[in-house]
Amino acid sequence: MTLAASRDGYGNGLMGLVHDEKVIVLEADLGKSTKSQMFRQAHPERTFSLGISEQNMMLVGAGLASCGYKPFASTFAIFTQRGFEQIRNGIARPNLPVHICGSHGGIHTGTDGSSAQSIADLAIYRSLPNMTVMHPCDDLSAEALTIKLANYDSPSYTRTARNKTPRIYDSDSAASLQIGKGFVLRNGKDVAIIACGVMVAKALTAADKLAGSGIEATVIDMHTIKPLDEELISRLADECGCFVTAEDHSIIGGLGGAVAEYLSATTPLPLERIGVKDHYGESGEGEELLTKYGMSSDDIISASQRAIERK
Amino acid sequence: MASLVEDNPSNSDSSDMLIETARRCRREIVKMTHRAAAGHPGGSLSAIDILTALYCRRLNIDPQNPDDPERDRFIMSKGHASPGMYAILHESGFISEEDLTSFRKLGGVCQGHVDMKWTPGVDFSAGSLGMGLSFGIGCALAARLDGSDRTTFVMLGDGELQEGQVWEAAIAAVHHEIGNLKVFVDRNRIQNDDFVDKQMRIFDVAAKWDGFGWAVREIDGHDMDEILSAIQWLDSITDGPAVVIAHTVKGKGVSFMENNPKFHGAAPNDEQLAQALEELA
Repeated sequence: MTLAASRDGYGNGLMGLVHDEKVIVLEADLGKSTKSQMFRQAHPERTFSLGISEQNMMLVGAGLASCGYKPFASTFAIFTQRGFEQIRNGIARPNLPVHICGSHGGIHTGTDGSSAQSIADLAIYRSLPNMTVMHPCDDLSAEALTIKLANYDSPSYTRTARNKTPRIYDSDSAASLQIGKGFVLRNGKDVAIIACGVMVAKALTAADKLAGSGIEATVIDMHTIKPLDEELISRLADECGCFVTAEDHSIIGGLGGAVAEYLSATTPLPLERIGVKDHYGESGEGEELLTKYGMSSDDIISASQRAIERK
Repeated sequence: MASLVEDNPSNSDSSDMLIETARRCRREIVKMTHRAAAGHPGGSLSAIDILTALYCRRLNIDPQNPDDPERDRFIMSKGHASPGMYAILHESGFISEEDLTSFRKLGGVCQGHVDMKWTPGVDFSAGSLGMGLSFGIGCALAARLDGSDRTTFVMLGDGELQEGQVWEAAIAAVHHEIGNLKVFVDRNRIQNDDFVDKQMRIFDVAAKWDGFGWAVREIDGHDMDEILSAIQWLDSITDGPAVVIAHTVKGKGVSFMENNPKFHGAAPNDEQLAQALEELA
C-alpha cells in the first residue's frame, strides 16, 4: 500500500499547469505546507507572496481573474475562512475564477490542535452560489482535479489533507475523474457508503470487513461536494436502499448534510452520518483522533449496520 | 504611458468644462437618490470632482467597448458612492439616462452598490468596504504580467481606512513595487454613523501611507486644477504605488448636505430635492 497526502497532489497539479501562462499562484506564507512552493520554485515570476494576509490574497486573486488570469490561492483550510466575506463578496458573487485550496482540512490534521483543524469549510463554501467545492482523497486524484480546474470559468474551493493516507487511485483511474461526478470504488447492494477525503480509505476498509460478515457495500469517493452528483445518489437509492456518509468534517452542512438534503427532498431513506459531531478537536495523532471521535472504520461498520436495520 | 496631455481627445476641455460636468453629475446624484428614496448622496458628492477629472481627462476607456482588456481600470472601493459612479458613467456614455432611473430598482442596471456584473463600465463589485485596493493590486499585477502600460486607479473612503485589509494591501503594493497602481482617498471625514473623528480617529492619513512606503500627496479634492495636477503627479510615479489624499467635503455642493453625517446614507425628500437642484442650477 502506498501512502500519500492529498496536499502533495495539489502541488503536483500546479506543476501540471506550468505550461498555462495564465496560471498564477498566490501564497499567504504557507506555501511550504500547502505545497504551492513546488510551483514557486519552478516559476517564481508567476508566484506572488501576499504575506500573512488572507483577506488581501483573496481579492488580489479576484483582480487577477477579472483580467483573464487563473489564480490558484492557497493557505490552511482554516485560514481561508479569515477571508470568507472576501470570498463571498469579492470572488463568488461576481463569479470570478479564483481557485482556492485549503490544506490541513479536518481533525486528521492532528497535533497542531483544534485551531488548525478546519471542520466547517465544506459547509461554509458549499453555501455560496457559483462555488465548486471539492475534497479529494489522495494525491493522484487531487492532482488530476487541480489540473481540471484550470479550464473552469467559475470559482472553486478544494480542501486537501495534511497527513498521508492510503493511495486510492492509480494514474489511469485518476485521469478519468470528472468534477461533479462521484467515483464508484466498490459495488454492493446492501448499503451505499459515500465518503470524501481521508475517510475514503476508512470506508474501503469498512467495506472489506462488512463483506466478511456477508454485507456488500458500495463505496463512493464523492470528491466533489458541490455540485453534488445527484444522479449517482438517486441510482444508489434504488440499488442499495440506505446510506452512510463519512467525512472528516462536521456532520452539519458538509457531505452528510448535502446528501441528507438531497435524499429528504427526493427519496427519504435511512442515512447515518459519520463525522465530527458538533465539537472541536484537540491535539493528537490523526488516527488517534478519528478513533476517539467515532470516525474509525469500525464506526463506519456500525453505522452501516444501523442503516441497514432501518430499511 | 497614457497621460493627461497626449492621449485623450477630450483633454481640450478646460477646467471650467469639467466643473460644469461635475455640476450636472451632482444634479443626477440628488435626483437618483430622491427617486429611489435611498442611497448615499454625501460620499458621491464628495468624490464627484475627482471622478469627473479621471473619466473626462485621464482614463483610457471606451463606452463602445467597455470590456476592452487593454482599458485602464477604475476600482470604486467605496461602493456606496454608486450614484456618483452612475452619474459619471452616464456622462461618459456607458449608461443611458433611462438606466439612471433604474437605480436600486428590481432588475435595474444601476444596483444599490456598484457591481461589475450589472453595469457597463464598472470594473469591480463593491459594497463591502476594504476590498478594492486588493482587487486593484490584482488588476495592476495582471497588467504587469501582460507587459501592458494600462493603469489601475482605486478610490478609497477615509472611513474605509479603518478596515484592516486596506493596510494588508498597502504593504503588499509596496513589497511588489506596483508602480501602475494609483489611489485617491476621499478624505471627507464622515462615515455612516458620524464623523470619522468620533467613530474611530485615523489621525494623520498622509503620514500613515508614507509610513507604509507609498508616495503621498495631499490636495483639495474639489479644486479641479489641483486634481488634474495630482493625476499628472500620480502618473509620474512609476517605481511604486502612489496615493493622493484628497481633502473633500461630504455632500459638497448642497448646503444642507455639506458636512452633515445624516446625508451619508439618506435621500433628499421632495422639498430638499427642490432646494438642492436650485443650488446646483
